[in-house]
Order: sequence, then C-alpha cells, then structure tokens
Amino acid sequence: MQTLFIRGPSATFRMIVLVVASIALMTIDHRWHSLEMVRGALSSVLYPLQYTIDLPIRLYYWADETFSSHQELLEKNREYEKRHLENRVKLQKLEILERENARLRRLLSATPKVNEQLLIAEIINVDVDPYRQLILINKGKKQGVYQGQPIIDAQGIMGQVVHVGLLSSSAMLISDASHAIPVQDERSGLRAIAYGTGQIDRLVLRHLPHNADIKDGDMLTSSGMGGTFPPNYPVAIVTKVERPIGETFAVVEATPFAQMDKSREVLLIWRHQPEEETTEEETTEEQADGNANLEEKTAETVTQTAGSEAENRSDTNTQEGDNE
Amino acid sequence: MNKTLRIGIITLIGAFMLAIMPLPEWAVEFRPDWVTLVLIYWAMAMPTKIGVTVAWLAGLMLDVSYGTLMGQHAVGLVLVIYFIHINHQRLRVASLLQQAIVIFFLLLIKQLLILWVDGMLGHAPDSWLYFMPTLTSTLLWPWTYLILRDLRRKFSYVRTY
Repeated sequence: MQTLFIRGPSATFRMIVLVVASIALMTIDHRWHSLEMVRGALSSVLYPLQYTIDLPIRLYYWADETFSSHQELLEKNREYEKRHLENRVKLQKLEILERENARLRRLLSATPKVNEQLLIAEIINVDVDPYRQLILINKGKKQGVYQGQPIIDAQGIMGQVVHVGLLSSSAMLISDASHAIPVQDERSGLRAIAYGTGQIDRLVLRHLPHNADIKDGDMLTSSGMGGTFPPNYPVAIVTKVERPIGETFAVVEATPFAQMDKSREVLLIWRHQPEEETTEEETTEEQADGNANLEEKTAETVTQTAGSEAENRSDTNTQEGDNE
Repeated sequence: MNKTLRIGIITLIGAFMLAIMPLPEWAVEFRPDWVTLVLIYWAMAMPTKIGVTVAWLAGLMLDVSYGTLMGQHAVGLVLVIYFIHINHQRLRVASLLQQAIVIFFLLLIKQLLILWVDGMLGHAPDSWLYFMPTLTSTLLWPWTYLILRDLRRKFSYVRTY
C-alpha cells in the first residue's frame, strides 16, 4: 500500500547528503584508515555471498578428490610418503643447524630468533577489482588475523592482510601497484624496496644507483625492515638489470616466487616477538605516488628501524644502496 | 513485505553475486556493471522504494567487496540513480534504445568518477579496457530490462502501468 504523497526529504536533498557523506567517508578512509570496523561488519554480511560463489569450485575439488580412482589415490599417497621421508631427512639436518644457531647466538649474546606460527588459509575464489591485486581468504578476526599480517605460500612471500573481517579478510599481493616490500639481495646483501606494478609477475626496484651490486638471477629475500614482513623469506628473482646511460637510476625488475594466480592455499604468519614496536606499514600511498623524495626518506627510516635481525649482518654494503 | 520489493532485493543479491563471480582471465575486464543495471531498473520500476539511499548502501557493499575506498562506488551509484529517479517517468516510456543511450552516458560518468578517485590515489589503470564495462553493460541493458520486467510481472501483484 502506497500513500499518495511521498513523505520525507526530497530525492535531491538525499542525493546531496549522500554524496557529501561518500566524500567524507572516502577522505576518512584514505587519511586515517579508521573505517576498518565498518568494513569488517559489512564484509561479514557479504561473506555468505562470497562463500556461495566459491561453493561450486569447492565442490569441484571435493568431487575430484572423492571420485578419483583407488589407483590414483594410492599413487599419490606413495608419492607423498616418498616426499615426506625426504623432507624429514632434510628437517633433521635443519634442526641440528637451528640448535647450533641458537647456541652460537647465545654465545654472541645476540637476541634470539623469533619463532613463527603458521596457519593455513584458503583463498575464496571471488573476483575483485581487475586493476588491483587483492585476494580474499577464509580466516578473519576470529582466528586472530590482524591488519598488516604477512601471508606466504610454499614458494615465497605473497602479500599482506589489508582488511580484516570477522570470518574472512582480504590481502594485498606484493604485485599490487600500491604495494612495496623491503628486500635484500641474497648474494650481495644490498637492500632495496620492491614495488608492485599491477602485473602479477613483475616487481620493480626503483632508485637503485648504477653501481648497485645486483645482477640477473639474484635472489631477493625479505629484509625484515619495517617490521611487517619476517626476514629471510624468498620474495623474487631478479630478471632484468639495465643501466641506461643518462638516467639517474638503474632499471631493475624481478619476478615473485609466490604463485599468485595458482595457489589455492596460503599461510598466515604470526611472529612472537618480545617487542612489538614497529607497526610501520609498507603500503603507504606516499610510496606508490612516485614521489622520489618521500620514497628516499621512507627508505631511510626503514633502514633506521632495522630490527634485531639485521644487527649481525653488518657486512652488507647497503649504505650505497639505500642512502644515495 | 511487498512482493515486488522482495523480488527487487533478490535480483539485487543476484547482481552482487554476478559482480564477484570469478571469470576467466580474458573476461574480467569485460564484466558488466550488474549491480548498477539492476538498480537502474528498480529505480525506474519502483521509485518510491528503491532510490538513492538503497543505491548508496549497495555502493558501500560494492566498495567493501572490491576493496576500494569506502564511498568510491557509492558516490557514482548515488548520482546515477538520482538521475534515473528524477527522470523515471520519462525513461519508462522511452524505447529500449533510447534508454540504453542514456544509461551509456550515466555509466560513463560513474566510471569516470571512480577513475578520478583512483587517479587521486595514484593507482589509476592505464588501459582503455577500463571503460569496457560501460560498453558491455549498455549492450546488456535491453536483456536486463526484459528479464527483470518479466520477473516483476510474474512475481508481483498484477498492476498495470
């Protein structure tokens, strides 16, 4: 039953109020990031929809497992058992090394290595903005996920959590155009910041001088600076180094190890660290703005907030790399 | 709850699901703007129920699911639905082609608004495919209109207008 005359404020008035509200929301969200509560609540409402969308794919995997033949399963099992044995042998060696490392660290009275805790999360298969690299995972606040938490897959670092909902959270991949991750060249110890490009298989290392010690095929690991990402995880492999004459900086590109578009499961990392002082985020938009001065400054502050991990790596020649 | 409103909300939820449904790699850039299309239809069909406020809420939901800034899709949707709302009587009697032309320009404005905000944030996409959803949505408008009209006629009280 409709009444003949429309009550309440006119559409024009409401439109103006809502547009102003949207602009206010955008400003608050961008400047102060203080809308995470609202976002979390709304994403909990959306979760059933996202789950439903993902259901057929889940069903497919489930059916694939259930209806595969006995022979296939046996073969798989044998294969896994073989691999498990191999891994256990490797682990034995690793355990000895770890113990030795801890002992040596005690002798040097260096800070003990932080222990890390892992949790497997599944990627919920929904599409987001095609021009941004976000993924949705099925773990949220309830499982203790926090903003800025690093996620990895079996090959390397994948990204970090940006929005946390109750049961799900979205994570930004390291290849997103507004993402940056501090890395270190494993061969030379050179520190740099790897920026995402928006392409899944390409990172760029900006502002490296021509004489930076980096070359094709170098492995980049996370340096742990800034505190968001744990140190010494593989990030990317350098694929292109050019030193164009007349340009101030070298052109360095890298391909991430993580299988951004293939992994179905990712790992969330918790780090149990005695001091939780560095909550600096790598994804500040200032870094992505292409503002060279700001970036240099951020790189410097990142260098200064070097965690305990970097202390005993003083043989690096990072000074020429970062503070040019 | 009014039956028409119920079918409106169900189709809107359907549009949301289409908006986040995974598509093959080559098709993601062509994904039509389902939520806007469905909202436009209902804003024309029941302007007293579905108006700018619903559009704003739907826009916020889109922002949350796409991970964009809160309000980025909402502001565009509000403006589109406002235009439809004040012109709904004129649009109802227009032919499908004329409606599609109007909708093309409205969607273009919405897309430009979102691009503008993205540009201010420093990550504007640099390919022309960005405007593809506008085109695909416009092409799909006649079908959306006919399907939703049939659904409305089938599931709601018989009303003649």
